Amino acid sequence: MKKRFKLEGLECANCAAKMERAINELDGVKEATVNFMTQKLVIEGEDEKMPTIIEEAEKVVKDIESHVIMKKA
Amino acid sequence: MKKRLWRIIIAALVFIVALLINNIEWLQIAMFVISYIIAGGDIVKRAVTNILRGKVFDENFLMSVATIGAFLIGEYPEGIAVMLFYQVGELFQSYAVDKSRRSIADAMDIRPDYANVKRGDEVIKIDPDEVQIGDIIVIKPGERVPLDGKVIEGNSMVDTSALTGESVPREVEVGHEILSGCININGVITAEVTKEYGESTVSKILDLVENASSKKSQSEQFITRFARYYTPIVVIIAVFLAIIPPLVIDGATFSDWIYRALAFLVVSCPCALVVSIPLSFFGGIGGASRKGILVKGSNYLEALAETEIIVFDKTGTLTKGVFNVQEVHPKGVSREELLELTAYAESYSNHPISSSLKQAYGKEIDNGRISDVEEISGHGVIATVDGKKVMAGNIKLMKKKNIAYFDGELIGTVVHVAVDNQYAGYIVIADEVKPDSAQAIMELKAANIKQTVMLTGDNKNVGSKVAKELGLDKVYAELLPADKVEKLEELFLQKSKKGKLAFVGDGINDAPVLARADIGIAMGGLGSDAAIEAADIVIMTDEPSKIATAIKISKKTLKIASQNTVFAIGIKIIVLILSAFGITTMWAAIFADVGVTIIAVLNAFRALNVKNL
Repeated sequence: MKKRFKLEGLECANCAAKMERAINELDGVKEATVNFMTQKLVIEGEDEKMPTIIEEAEKVVKDIESHVIMKKA
Repeated sequence: MKKRLWRIIIAALVFIVALLINNIEWLQIAMFVISYIIAGGDIVKRAVTNILRGKVFDENFLMSVATIGAFLIGEYPEGIAVMLFYQVGELFQSYAVDKSRRSIADAMDIRPDYANVKRGDEVIKIDPDEVQIGDIIVIKPGERVPLDGKVIEGNSMVDTSALTGESVPREVEVGHEILSGCININGVITAEVTKEYGESTVSKILDLVENASSKKSQSEQFITRFARYYTPIVVIIAVFLAIIPPLVIDGATFSDWIYRALAFLVVSCPCALVVSIPLSFFGGIGGASRKGILVKGSNYLEALAETEIIVFDKTGTLTKGVFNVQEVHPKGVSREELLELTAYAESYSNHPISSSLKQAYGKEIDNGRISDVEEISGHGVIATVDGKKVMAGNIKLMKKKNIAYFDGELIGTVVHVAVDNQYAGYIVIADEVKPDSAQAIMELKAANIKQTVMLTGDNKNVGSKVAKELGLDKVYAELLPADKVEKLEELFLQKSKKGKLAFVGDGINDAPVLARADIGIAMGGLGSDAAIEAADIVIMTDEPSKIATAIKISKKTLKIASQNTVFAIGIKIIVLILSAFGITTMWAAIFADVGVTIIAVLNAFRALNVKNL
């Protein structure tokens, strides 16, 4: 299953790369991409693990850039 | 963003005042500390929270260490200057990114806000989402066409530039199709809605732009990988630099070497590098979309510059895909008579040939004049027109009916006609080459494309005529849709390892080929949904010359990206070397670093400009 999110307030390109790397390492994630310019996060992951993946991803985002808001797109 | 700017200005003012009061030491230091807190308090705070979370090597931490370190060895002005410049660089970066995001959002601002729907005698404004197929909508001058439809009243000029990049307005009149997203310029048009909003052109394009795959270019992958290792390596070297020389070299002091190490930390942030690459590609993709070329990801824009072989589909791509009567050769009857009888005989068929005959004939067909229509599949048609028995069809039909026909070499689809069993001549119907096709091939060759190939299901005569006319290198004719993929596989073997193969088609019957090619380019994306789905690049207009434009944009973007990479890494390395030998100051280091950011970002902005390629 593929889920798309908007990362509002994403300003640092290096942080975007860090988020992408960290989310890709989460359990159940097949592929995650963060597009810095369009502020989009796309997560492809196992269906049943999706709720925890989203929760964990939100934490990752907050950890790296605390003012970024992850919204459903 | 304004708040941040004010903070920088206030911190700078306090800093200047502090520099001026050099006679009261305690006051000066107090002022320095105040200035520092205003300038970099948030960075230090973020650094501390990150350390508590176990994250050490982030830029907040490094900047804090560099500046606090400067304070500790008594270099107050240096510490503040580094923090100030760093903040200026960050501010500039977010300003640039914001501006770039906005300018592309503006270019793509084609979403209609409302539709004027006719309900009875009234015209009401409603959300385009709520309009249904068959509803009648009114579009006034200056308004955006909200849904795809067919004009039923009025005529006007419409501006399609938001969809196609074409600046010349298009004329529409009764019977024409209008596409959502265009702007009506002068007349009032009434149209019948043919597609729901979700299926209309404007939704399709927005969807494509907003949800383009996030596939990254190789240059971007390289730079993020580089950034990952760059920071820790610089920090480790800085630590060694601070500790080892004072212990090993005679006369070397800790304060001197710590200063050099701090200068190292100043340039340890890879942000300028990391931001400039996606910014360039984003600009390139945005610039292309202004020209009516939609690119689905940075990786495709990058691959385009490495194209070696371009394979074209013929019908609808290099040719108009519209069949027209090219030649009429009567025998024993007049030209008009031949055309009239043939048009009548074929009038019941829904084959494209029938409509091109009707179009060439140009008058209404009076059904009362035709009777006894018999279609012979794969041969043609036999019908009675005005009491005469008309046979119209291919050679097979003539042979079957034992009629002697003209047997020369003809290019195109030929309709032989016999009236009352007497040969009456033939009509040649052919597709026309697009006006810019030859120029497109020429421009592609000028852009170093090694091979241009055409694939067609049409017969050899037609295929080689078109290929010759356009100057294509190779042509494969009489192919079934499945053969096209096979031919593509053969062509794959002819390119170099790094080179890319692009396929250009109109999306009809060639979705598998579009998907198989390194880069699938769909032409005339305004028509076909399958094309938009399967292709990596969609050309909104019907012009093949846009492919050369896309390649030029790709090459320019890549050039900017590599300039930025080499420039930013180069300057950083020079500053590192100079700092290690104690030749430069922290001032110079931060100045160079922020300067690189600004120049790289400005350079990246050039990618958005596609006016003079």
